[in-house]
Amino acid sequence: MTKPYYEFKPYNVGRWIVWSLFALVLLGAPLVFSGNLSITMLSQMGIAIIACLSYNILLGQGGMLSFGHAVYTGLGSYMAMHALNAAADGQWPIPVSLIPLVGGVAGLFFAILFGYVTTKKAGTPFAMITLGMAELVFAMSLMFSEFFGGEAGISGNRVVGEAFMGISYGPPRQVYYLIAVYTFVCVGLMFAFTRTPLGRILNAVRDNPERVEFIGYNTQKVRYLAFMIAGFFAGIAGGLGALNFEIVTAEVVGAARSGGYLLFTFLGGATFFFGPIIGGILMVLAAVLLSELTKAWLLYLGLIFLFMVMYAPGGIASLIMMNLRVASFGKLREVWVAYLALGVTALVVLLGGGAMVEMIYHLQLDAAMGDVVKYLGMSLHPKDAGSWFGAAFVTLTGLGIFELTRRQFSAQWAEIQTEIEKEIKRRETQ
Amino acid sequence: MSSATSTADTGRFEQAMSHVHAGGYALELRDLRKRFGKTEIIRGVDLAVRPGERVAIIGPNGAGKSTLFNLISGRFEPSSGEVLLNGHRIDGKKPFEINRLGLSRSFQITNIFPKLSVFENLRCGVLWSLGYKYTLFRFLAGMDDANQRADELMKMIRLDKKHDTLAMNLTYAEQRALEIGITIAGGANVILLDEPTAGMSKSETSRFIDLIREVTVGKTLLTVEHDMGVVFGLADKIAVVVYGEVIAFDTPEAVRANPKVQEAYLGSVLADEQAASAGH
Repeated sequence: MTKPYYEFKPYNVGRWIVWSLFALVLLGAPLVFSGNLSITMLSQMGIAIIACLSYNILLGQGGMLSFGHAVYTGLGSYMAMHALNAAADGQWPIPVSLIPLVGGVAGLFFAILFGYVTTKKAGTPFAMITLGMAELVFAMSLMFSEFFGGEAGISGNRVVGEAFMGISYGPPRQVYYLIAVYTFVCVGLMFAFTRTPLGRILNAVRDNPERVEFIGYNTQKVRYLAFMIAGFFAGIAGGLGALNFEIVTAEVVGAARSGGYLLFTFLGGATFFFGPIIGGILMVLAAVLLSELTKAWLLYLGLIFLFMVMYAPGGIASLIMMNLRVASFGKLREVWVAYLALGVTALVVLLGGGAMVEMIYHLQLDAAMGDVVKYLGMSLHPKDAGSWFGAAFVTLTGLGIFELTRRQFSAQWAEIQTEIEKEIKRRETQ
Repeated sequence: MSSATSTADTGRFEQAMSHVHAGGYALELRDLRKRFGKTEIIRGVDLAVRPGERVAIIGPNGAGKSTLFNLISGRFEPSSGEVLLNGHRIDGKKPFEINRLGLSRSFQITNIFPKLSVFENLRCGVLWSLGYKYTLFRFLAGMDDANQRADELMKMIRLDKKHDTLAMNLTYAEQRALEIGITIAGGANVILLDEPTAGMSKSETSRFIDLIREVTVGKTLLTVEHDMGVVFGLADKIAVVVYGEVIAFDTPEAVRANPKVQEAYLGSVLADEQAASAGH
């Protein structure tokens, strides 16, 4: 039987192209974005990609909503940092290149330890237990200062011993390439995991755990094994983080970090494998660039998350895939005007809403800095009703037109989907 | 089917079948009871099914037919009594343990993997029986025996044109067929079907019964069914369950003639059906 399976095969040309492109991007990125800040950001992106993908083994592939994934990245960071310091003291002859693996093994170890309890349950109880675990570990991180270094954390120096073939890991660029290699290998391995029996049964457990029990599988064991794998890759991400920053503080096991993984994995798109890659990149862009741009960045992030949950629960990846589907039926041309209208009106809303947010933040936090807020080249006066009236007017007008455009777009989109369904039916009957 | 498949199939049931002595039963219930709180739902059921027999379980709503299935398949634990599969005690075991011993069931409310394709649904069903279990270091694409078996199953349940369709996008009748497909995928020799034709039209039902007969050839079959036409057409034997007890277990003809059954259940059903057909 020669049925084509749409899966990993070594001679699958399309897949070769995608992976080669991925490798090229990883290799070439620091040549294009060569500033110091850019290199640091690229390094962080690689780490975030591994972390978000490992989180998605739980969320997207296993249907396990974990509120404590930072436990495994964070403990991986701590163990990697201790290993680095042991190597620097000459107590442990381990090359710096392998330090992230120490983080991975630590992540795996703690996933085996804590996962035994957390994966006993699925659904809401699972989420609650992970939350409890995260609080437990965070509390411990402040209690056991010998290991966690208290509030100051522990630091180290990634330049250990003599440089090997010119590689000392002193320059950020060298660390970037180490991270890039780990990113490529980890992404590859995690993709391969989705093509194995365990990976597929994990999807089945996500869809319908009860039924899985009746086809011979112990769902608890499936969840536990997946949890270990996620913990291992999370630990690697943590280990890379330790090398990159050369300092590990208690916040790496904190709730905010865990929340970040959840938020950005979701934003990127948990239903497709590549979604968390987008999420990881966005995570760094938001934390580094958006936070520079405005003090209210967490508020904007929250709003984006809110709208995504409401209107595009599949994240950015699903938006891309939906449009690719429309494009493959040659219908993308029909919607681009609507997209333009949506984009412009959304910008107007953002312009007005942003002005109000910035004024509120100014009044609350920076009132001592004067009465003028610089906003996109304009001067706003938070204590003057005129600025508020203007901003509100722009926001409401934008909202009104946006809603009209959105309704029209929804109708058009539904029509296109119906046409596509008809076309698929027609092709099937041929 | 490749030789690997049949070897694995044989291996899987060798152990279970080795306990079957001459004249042994595929499935045996001994004084099975189930209480929920103070209410006894199953009140001492004895039933013995020979290998290859097709048994229909009938009875009024709330008689405990589905509960009986849940007790046999491990979804609920019996309060007392024994369940034997091929001579093996299985009461108190987990559903997946019972499944591994060669008993598989379907559900009254469609119970499939909605976000996986038809092919993936069926392949998930075959993996354990072919020995792939929790395999992490091999690709599914290279498992020719599993892929072939899933393909064969897809043809058997007539969904081979829906290879990549997500299960949630199938029609109701197709989902019911997929439900049966997943149930037989692992090659179990005792099959429990809980109202397989529930919610189907008359014409769909008769086609579906042909399908069930076809895919369960040589297997022991227990089915809960309401449609009397189906029951008398499909079953070698009928068990009548009323208020948690089996009041009759015999050939269709004998059950039909049984005055106790007439009084407790069948009389009213047949009368209803006659009234319904007279009304049309």
